[in-house]
Amino acid sequence: MINTTPLSKNAAPATHAESHFDRKGLVQMILLGLLLLLPVAAYFLGHTYYVNLASRVTIIAMAAVGLNLAIGYGGMVSFGHAAYFGLGGYVAGISAYHAFDMTPFMSWPFSVPGSDSLLVVWLAAVVLCALLALAIGAISLRTTGVYFIMITLAFAQMIYYFANSWPTYGGQDGLPIYIRNTLPQVGNNLLDSSDALTYFLICFTGLMLAMALTSRLMKSRFGAALTMARLNDVRLATAGVSPYPIRLVAFVISAAITGLAGALYADLNGFVSPSMLSWHFSGELMVIVILGGVGRLYGPLAGAVLFVMMETFLGGITEYWQLFLGLVLLGVVLFAKHGVMGWLAGSERNE
Amino acid sequence: MLKVADIETFYGPSQALFGVTLEVAAGEMVALMGRNGMGKTTTIRSIFGLTPASRGTIEFESQNIRRLAAYRIAKAGLGLVPEGRRCFPNLSVRENLLVTARPGGWTLEKVETLFPRLEERRAQMAKTLSGGEQQMLAIGRALMTNPRLLVLDEATEGLAPVIRQEIWRAIRLLKEQGQATLLVDKSLSEILPIADRCTILEKGCTVWDGKPAALDSTVRDRYLGV
Repeated sequence: MINTTPLSKNAAPATHAESHFDRKGLVQMILLGLLLLLPVAAYFLGHTYYVNLASRVTIIAMAAVGLNLAIGYGGMVSFGHAAYFGLGGYVAGISAYHAFDMTPFMSWPFSVPGSDSLLVVWLAAVVLCALLALAIGAISLRTTGVYFIMITLAFAQMIYYFANSWPTYGGQDGLPIYIRNTLPQVGNNLLDSSDALTYFLICFTGLMLAMALTSRLMKSRFGAALTMARLNDVRLATAGVSPYPIRLVAFVISAAITGLAGALYADLNGFVSPSMLSWHFSGELMVIVILGGVGRLYGPLAGAVLFVMMETFLGGITEYWQLFLGLVLLGVVLFAKHGVMGWLAGSERNE
Repeated sequence: MLKVADIETFYGPSQALFGVTLEVAAGEMVALMGRNGMGKTTTIRSIFGLTPASRGTIEFESQNIRRLAAYRIAKAGLGLVPEGRRCFPNLSVRENLLVTARPGGWTLEKVETLFPRLEERRAQMAKTLSGGEQQMLAIGRALMTNPRLLVLDEATEGLAPVIRQEIWRAIRLLKEQGQATLLVDKSLSEILPIADRCTILEKGCTVWDGKPAALDSTVRDRYLGV
């Protein structure tokens, strides 16, 4: 059943022509263009702070892209995606810690050294988050509705308290990453990850890949089956397809994307702490997905831009900025049914 | 092929089926009849495991399917066209047909030949189709799973006469091709000429079973009259 061949290979021209120059395409291109150009400009004007801010937006958007796959496309309201974000972060942190200390992460039954290579960290983050999501999803997806929300939250809280009380890696104080993990040397080392702009571009590439993967997945047969499972799982079952494995695979991919974002986030901040695992962060991710537009490819990006901007600029004015976040969220939920993207770009074919 | 014997089904505490028995042999077209609220749809839901029967036996090709999950029952070779022309509204016609397809005699081309309107509308969202077209899509979707037994629940209810004719034409074609079918419908004039057998339900029990020819006016007035 899990088959990713496109469905529209020789379909008649779609009635909903997806031109890059209609309103939606324009909004998306402006959004991406600004996200890419502003940090570049800021970098050459010497404002590294804004480059790092853009990296933060990008990474949080990527985490939300992961969550959007579960919530928006799969109809699985996970309230525990901080678990994957945090696990990804801890993979980066722990790996760097052992590489810095030159101690092995574990020596029995086989030796696993730390690593300061981003590629190794990313791979480990993706694999471990996928495995964790496989276990959590396999259990949680036996429930639906409010029970699913609660059980994903419960698992995330277990991991949060575990990290909080594990002194080896800083416990509730967190774990610093003294030197940002690096990419393999290429030529004159153009990929110096400690450079703010280079790191932003790495994050931007990650976000683009995550969005491309989501888009490709949702255009495939697997994506259509996931949509069916969301719309009516009984109807899907009476056609001989079990919704469970389809949802589980989507949940695992969703967690892996969020986990990779977590690894990038830890390296951006040079710090990882249990707050990355906390339910506040799960909630923030959900708010971002809802703000941007549930089930919209560019929704998480729009939501993350709005969220981080409010946090940064309103947060600089008043510590009660979340009051305004609440008002904006209220406005979006009441007046822009499909989030900021729905408001800016019009409704989508499956809304 | 399908043997349902003495099933009893409950919705929570209230019992809906008190002993339904019916049988469909290979290549046979059986009509399941009865007034509204007598248990026709519940019988279908029990066969497909959507509202599992708590007693009795349901066998499909000698395999006991009573306790199987819905998707396993469908995989065993049963195809359902649910009541109320249910397709996936937010997917295109093509996606509706292809996503749950299983290999066999029915292909996209054949379904589109059977219902040419679906070919014209293949890239459209299912929710933009007319009611009749959605019903055709629901039938096409079931056929694409290549079921050995097709179950049609009220396939022509609430549709315009022209569309009804088109759907009955398709059903007659299926019959000619030897497709085993269980049919729930109320239009006697259409059912009687093509059904091999009729099973009538009353108050959750099978009360009559026989050839359409034997379905005389006494039986009709007793069980089917409004």
